[in-house]
Amino acid sequence: MSEMSKIVRTISNIIFPFIMIFGLYVIAHGHLTPGGGFQGGAVVASGCVLLIVAYGSIWVFDRIGIGKLSVFESTGAVGFIGLAFLGLILAGVFFKNFLVGSNIIFGNIPQTLSTDSNFNTAGVLPLMNFAVGVKVIAGLFVIVLVMAYASCSKEWKK
Amino acid sequence: MIFNIPFIAVVAMIFIGLYALLFKRNLVKMVIGIIIIESGVNLFLISLGYRWFGENGGVVPIFTNAPSEVVNNAPQSMVLPVPQALTLTSIVIGVAVLALMLTLVMHIYRHYGTLDVRKIRRLKE
Amino acid sequence: MSLRTIVAAVTFTILAMFFVFTALYLSFGVPKATQMDDYIILNTQKETGTNSGVTSVVFDFRGFDTIGEATILFAAVSGVIMIFRRLKK
Repeated sequence: MSEMSKIVRTISNIIFPFIMIFGLYVIAHGHLTPGGGFQGGAVVASGCVLLIVAYGSIWVFDRIGIGKLSVFESTGAVGFIGLAFLGLILAGVFFKNFLVGSNIIFGNIPQTLSTDSNFNTAGVLPLMNFAVGVKVIAGLFVIVLVMAYASCSKEWKK
Repeated sequence: MIFNIPFIAVVAMIFIGLYALLFKRNLVKMVIGIIIIESGVNLFLISLGYRWFGENGGVVPIFTNAPSEVVNNAPQSMVLPVPQALTLTSIVIGVAVLALMLTLVMHIYRHYGTLDVRKIRRLKE
Repeated sequence: MSLRTIVAAVTFTILAMFFVFTALYLSFGVPKATQMDDYIILNTQKETGTNSGVTSVVFDFRGFDTIGEATILFAAVSGVIMIFRRLKK
């Protein structure tokens, strides 16, 4: 796919940071409001696909190698499984929430049936939200990029 | 009978998807039919967990900034949370299957030159 | 109208009657067994520390399903890249 005109490229440059900040807000506040890792990751991946459509898939594929994106996705997956195994090593049960009640990070416990919202709660859940969000962003971006690049090669039968 | 509208919508979606899958000849239209069936099944799974309460219906099971009459009757005024978590997983599985199906359709078009199902028959070399 | 079309239409009509009868028979909004979900809603803030019922079910009470879902995403991305490997210049 070739690139689009200058007006389209300028507007997508301006609007992409807002989409990314909204997606990161949905990922980070997954334990207080509706949202979480999968939903926020889909929002940020849609913003990245906007850049593919505006700049052309050949230019984006030549600048961003698949190797770096593969490292990104593997970091997310290893982080998620590593947090589950840390629960086995530190507390004795696989997948245990070992940061609730302790005072290292994210350790408060809200009172039962209270309606306040404190960001410092919910143990190991925000870290898992970030790991899954990174994995979903890299996965959906690579799928769309590879399919858009392969659709304009020179070997298509007419 | 007027309140079973989500279930009637599920039946309509499944039958539209089955018609598009069985009676069309283009490969892309058959893929769209599979996606419509999968959306209908997701709607059915999430409308099994609804619970009536009061005059405005059930509320999402989140305690942040909830009104006071929802918090006072705590389990009876909130919708069941487990079907919503299972529907999330089902939607992600649908996206993965759609990506693989479209990749195979692109590969078939590159090899045969046509998307008509009745002309793709032999193993070409 | 060939014979195939008539047989398909009759089968569709019989199947549609079964489905519509089931859709009118189910009760919408009155679930029959709610003991597990009532326990989850009442004890979310004490055991997990989060205000949201849905996130605690996805990541803490039923975390094995999320591990399986992450594996499926990874397998789909691997399959897409592997099919288009010969086209890279």
